[in-house]
Amino acid sequence: MMMNPSQGRGLGSGGGSSSGRNKGGEAVVEMFPSGLRVLVVDDDPTCLMILERMLRTCLYEVTKCNRAEMALSLLRKNKHGFDIVISDVHMPDMDGFKLLEHVGLEMDLPVIMMSADDSKSVVLKGVTHGAVDYLIKPVRMEALKNIWQHVVRKRRSEWSVPEHSGSIEETGQHHQQRGPAVSEDAADDNASSVNNEGNNWRSSSNNSRKRKEEEGDEQGDEDASNLKKPRVVWSVELHQQFVAAVNQLGVEKAVPKKILELMNVPGLTRENVASHLQKYRIYLRRLGGVSQHQGNLNNSFMTGQDASFGPLSSLNGFDLQALAVTGQLPAQSLAQLQAAGLGRPAMVSKSGLPVSSVVDERSIFSFDNSKPRFGDGIGGHQTQQPQMNLLHGVPTGMEPRQLAGLQQQLPVGGNRMSIQQQIAAVRAGHSGMLMPQQQPFPRGPPSIRQPMLPNRITERSGFSGRSSVPESSRVLPTSYTNLATQQHSSTSVAFNSFQQELPVNSFPLPSAPGLSVPAQVRKPLSSSSSYQEEVNSSEAGFTAPSYDMFSNRHNDWDLRSIAFDSHQDAESVAFSNSEAFSSSSMSRDNNNNATVAATDLGRNQQQTLSGMVPHHQVYGNGGGGGSSVRVKSERDTAAMAFHEQYSNQEDLMSALLKQV
Amino acid sequence: MELVQMQKSLQDYTKSLFLDNLKVEESVLGVIQKLEFMGVLDSQFLQLQQLQDESNPHFVSQVVTLFFQDSDRILNDLSLSLDQQVVDFKKVYPHVHQLKGSSSSIGAQRVKNACVVFRSFCEQQNVEGCHRCLQQVKKEYYLVKNRLETLFKLEQQIVASGGMIPAMELGF
Repeated sequence: MMMNPSQGRGLGSGGGSSSGRNKGGEAVVEMFPSGLRVLVVDDDPTCLMILERMLRTCLYEVTKCNRAEMALSLLRKNKHGFDIVISDVHMPDMDGFKLLEHVGLEMDLPVIMMSADDSKSVVLKGVTHGAVDYLIKPVRMEALKNIWQHVVRKRRSEWSVPEHSGSIEETGQHHQQRGPAVSEDAADDNASSVNNEGNNWRSSSNNSRKRKEEEGDEQGDEDASNLKKPRVVWSVELHQQFVAAVNQLGVEKAVPKKILELMNVPGLTRENVASHLQKYRIYLRRLGGVSQHQGNLNNSFMTGQDASFGPLSSLNGFDLQALAVTGQLPAQSLAQLQAAGLGRPAMVSKSGLPVSSVVDERSIFSFDNSKPRFGDGIGGHQTQQPQMNLLHGVPTGMEPRQLAGLQQQLPVGGNRMSIQQQIAAVRAGHSGMLMPQQQPFPRGPPSIRQPMLPNRITERSGFSGRSSVPESSRVLPTSYTNLATQQHSSTSVAFNSFQQELPVNSFPLPSAPGLSVPAQVRKPLSSSSSYQEEVNSSEAGFTAPSYDMFSNRHNDWDLRSIAFDSHQDAESVAFSNSEAFSSSSMSRDNNNNATVAATDLGRNQQQTLSGMVPHHQVYGNGGGGGSSVRVKSERDTAAMAFHEQYSNQEDLMSALLKQV
Repeated sequence: MELVQMQKSLQDYTKSLFLDNLKVEESVLGVIQKLEFMGVLDSQFLQLQQLQDESNPHFVSQVVTLFFQDSDRILNDLSLSLDQQVVDFKKVYPHVHQLKGSSSSIGAQRVKNACVVFRSFCEQQNVEGCHRCLQQVKKEYYLVKNRLETLFKLEQQIVASGGMIPAMELGF
């Protein structure tokens, strides 16, 4: 491949300059995707500058920002001023996932996450938090060129699909409703909350053409012109109506059309409801990550797919083992671990994060699903509290994971309201800014959780740190910062290291049993291959997964050998990409031919997931190219793989305990 | 000293008793050898060069300069953090992570790879290993800095003499 630096450009998308475009004004997009308005957020100035330049070369309109808070306020000030957001995962002032959730809730924009961290758990987080894509640094131009697809995709999924809503040509009911209901100033209109773009949409010269073409016309140009579709702002009231409708119908039976009918909001379309419902379900799923053992109730909230995540979410003991294995566990902690381990159910956390440990401890010691320990209390509290009780309405990055673990035990089966109320509150949170933290919610959990906390605190500093924020216990939007900063460490150092994950950075666990979701890392120069292929090829490159401390291959738990496997393997293993190796055993790329093999600990254990099958997922397999990562999950096999890991862990645990 | 810190110290110390520092050195040496087989820069740098054109004639040097400034700061912070009596890995890790990200973005391959090793020692909370890695990262960093500065000087000389900077042809 010839590189001609002096020539520079030519890598942008094929159009000429974009036409002028009023923010929120007339939608005249001539050379889509040129002019796509991108907001890029990264605290690393070098990366930010490079990204900006790359995006400009793609003929996008770029706004850059080095702080998440600033990005949020920009977005809020200018709700329709951007088409897509690209954000780094690890930022000092706010976790990228938190930003992701905010943006999803408040602005409903597609968000692409990016990071130098390609560990599966983090990538999966991106997926579960609703990122439309996940790019691994260094980001290549090819990856950026195609980001417009996410914008189109998102909008298309929210458009009227002619089926029932009446074909567009007929100026079906929806559109007629939409017309009169739409006011110039969307803020005035509580009921419909359809923003004024609807006007433009209808009245633009493209209207008639669009109407005909919306019937599933897939051509990029026309779709592009439809991008300026009216965006529904889900206000608190609207969301409450939505939730009420969903409850009435039953979460599982709630279909957009019926919800729409129940809500009876002029100007709202079935598609608006559908996409909102989709998000709602994602949140529910995240909240209701239930262990198998607890499965009953929460299963009602989850789709079949999610059920398999149940066992995963309550990790706890698992992580402890990981910690133990790394030799960071003092003797007394080991004892505690052992105790914990004994009663522990066979569950692995979704992401291998210690989070769920909090909850799990409970389960460990009183492993009794049927007891609605927290549920009742919570439910009770919930109902007493106003909808706005969600923590600050600020969903956090880590929270869901943790909460998933926590949540498992909290909601009582059948107590759907609690979760839904939570969701409602989450939604509610979006309506303003970050909800004032001093929301008057009595935090039902505290009364319930307090008893738990002390236990936690003594046993798991890190975890307790997280759990000690009562608010965070059940609800999605948890005060992220609270968790991070608390340290009740009275025990092992190891836990502290985990705590690290929360605040700034995932401190990837060596064990990272994590969600072994196969992630495909595609580099621009290589043709996309199936996950399997990549796994195979990368495995071929290694003589042994050196840092895989938790796989059965390394039965020597001697600290020394753990530390030095790297050495030996470094010698023997070809320098393949360390990240790929460690996290997902994906063959990386041409760039990083020489990798430091002796690197990431144990993260690659899940490479044993031969059972994982690439599975096309929400994020599509489109021209993501570059370093975008498509996370594909085959949940069934994932569940199996987890169990497999779990049993490995037990072996490790006992082996370790013997040694120490 | 806070209980936690004491425990940490104990941990580190205990570990060090088990860990043979020589082996830490060996493993890092092994890494160094590998590093030395690879180029100081990788194709990502070429991507940067492609972004430079008439409308942005100094893009590469601007970005690289920014990288140097930022990295100097990070390396400084890292040194400070690792010099503490009780190393707070929660502070160390994000720095390493960011350095990895930025170095990879400009194509400083060896710096990036050295960061990867560094990161794994962080995860192990191995202070000795981290120190060693920081050393190595710095070494690689100064190396690439030196090389790039030389590169820019050469380019400037050519331009000053009225010449054109030749297009680079590489088979990648």
